[in-house]
Amino acid sequence: MNLLFQQVLNGLTLGSIYGLVALGLTLVYGILHIPNFAHGALYMVGAFASYFFMTDLGLHYWIAMLLSGVVVAALAVLSERLVFHPLRNAPPIHDKIAAIGILLFLEAVVQMLWGSDFRRMASPYAGILNFDGLIIPEQRLLIIVGAFTLMFALHLFLRKTMLGSTIIAMAQSREGAFLVGIDANRVAMLTFAISGMLAAFAATLYAPINLVYPAMGHLVIMKAFVIIVLGGMGSIPGAIIGAMILGFAESFGGFYLSSDYKDIIAFSLLVVILSFRPTGLFAKGAH
Amino acid sequence: MHRFASLLTGRGAKLVLLALALAFPLFAKSEYQVYVMASAFIWAIAVYGLNIITGYCGQLNLAHGGFFAIGAYTLAILTADHGWNFWPAFVAAALVSAAVGALVGIVSLRLREHFFAIFTLCVGFIIYLLIDKWEELTHGAIGIRGIAAPDGFGLVDFSQTVPFYYLALLFLVLAIWFAGRLASSLLGRTFMAIRNGDALAQSLGIDLMRNKLLAFVLSTTYAGIAGGLYASMIRFIGPEEANPNHTFDMITYLLVGGFGTLFGPLVGTVGVVWITQSLQFLEDYRMIIFGPLIVVLVIFMPRGVIGTFLGWKLRKDTAAARANDPRATTKVTPGSEVNNNA
Repeated sequence: MNLLFQQVLNGLTLGSIYGLVALGLTLVYGILHIPNFAHGALYMVGAFASYFFMTDLGLHYWIAMLLSGVVVAALAVLSERLVFHPLRNAPPIHDKIAAIGILLFLEAVVQMLWGSDFRRMASPYAGILNFDGLIIPEQRLLIIVGAFTLMFALHLFLRKTMLGSTIIAMAQSREGAFLVGIDANRVAMLTFAISGMLAAFAATLYAPINLVYPAMGHLVIMKAFVIIVLGGMGSIPGAIIGAMILGFAESFGGFYLSSDYKDIIAFSLLVVILSFRPTGLFAKGAH
Repeated sequence: MHRFASLLTGRGAKLVLLALALAFPLFAKSEYQVYVMASAFIWAIAVYGLNIITGYCGQLNLAHGGFFAIGAYTLAILTADHGWNFWPAFVAAALVSAAVGALVGIVSLRLREHFFAIFTLCVGFIIYLLIDKWEELTHGAIGIRGIAAPDGFGLVDFSQTVPFYYLALLFLVLAIWFAGRLASSLLGRTFMAIRNGDALAQSLGIDLMRNKLLAFVLSTTYAGIAGGLYASMIRFIGPEEANPNHTFDMITYLLVGGFGTLFGPLVGTVGVVWITQSLQFLEDYRMIIFGPLIVVLVIFMPRGVIGTFLGWKLRKDTAAARANDPRATTKVTPGSEVNNNA
């Protein structure tokens, strides 16, 4: 019973982190139709920024997380302005290559500043809660609660505020959004800022139970891609559901099948899905 | 200037290039330089493969480095663990890469644009993870030692750098020759038609799946050949050969040289490899320069060195043709812009 519960907890944790990363990716895809390969690098920079703020500046975990969110959001907006905006009319292959350029650049910069060592990030929530035999590490609980709070906040922002509605409008129909006077540049920058911020928060939440290193974004970004393909590119509920499916598949697969090959589960899932549904599971005119 | 450009695109220029390549070991300052050049040639062969699927056919394949690694590992496992001679193992390396390419292609080529890129990115990663984890077959992180050098049948010793250089050159020349024939053939034009618009191509009666699959298998075969040569040159390989970064390197080479051009892969690979060599103090940080370079190239010079040059020459040719005969429509058809006879 306890073992099963641990796997559920593990699946929820993974699903929460993947969900936050995939949400950013799917938002950007919904607006600009760019698969942002650099998103994993933003995630990685988010972890290093928090690490820097905490260990070098001695700031508190939450403040470090907020600052890192701002830094990465700024980076994301900068990448939109300097790279994706000039390429908006180029053939689709160009955005992808440019995104790879950004990814390589960010990784190299981080590697130069911090080296490629694995680092451990301390968290003020290292304790373990014990509910009558059910053991929950505090950080995991924080991840799950934090991620769901963020997702809910994002939902409120997109549905209840004017600013958020412009993003939805733009994702539904570019021309329609222009007709009612929505500024495409502002929406694009806003979307990139949100996606960067979510990536930084996800990285800071996850880093204390994982490690911080320059290549940490690789697997996460690829899994996020699997998730948004699974959930339909551009779909927000799809990203969350897809993330949970993947989180649980990995947690249970890693436990019951093989922990060596648990990272392959995600990709095998993708191969299987795309073999049968070339446009993803829930793709249905979302954009 | 224009006349010089015409010379560059003529037949003579290719012979000069070949002569330079043949003479290179004579005026190279050290054996190391010959070694670097040979490795650049091998990478160039792989980039020619990437050019077929991505440059001509327009499908961004992000698993190319994985197929390179499959070729390298096939050769390594067969020669080091099973005692095969180099040549049959080399053929096997090409065949295995082609076969895996066919399998991956059948699934992935049904997908369009972003989906294909994402899918192949994942395939590249699966190959990397498998090589890293499947210890019974690949020896995992330890890697494989004792890979056979190409067998010279007692005549040549290919474990020496200079003979190996000429072997790599031979394969590179074959690779370019084949790519040139392909680009000017109906099949090559079919690939380009798919790149320029798959719906239009389909309406012309082109079987998309068959042609894309053919392009993909050709490209993975190139990668397998290059991987096999690479393994027998460095004689020791590990999972790092399958690192997706190699794919990104190859895309950089191709982008610098020019997508869909015949000499782009060569110019891009040799150029960037030597620039990297001269920036060796940067080592791991070279991407601080190459990352932004990729972005700048994609924005301002998306057709690369060769593509930009050909475009410039085409405009000059057109202007010259107009000047000679004001009534004549251009002698150069619009398609020849991408018909790379540089």
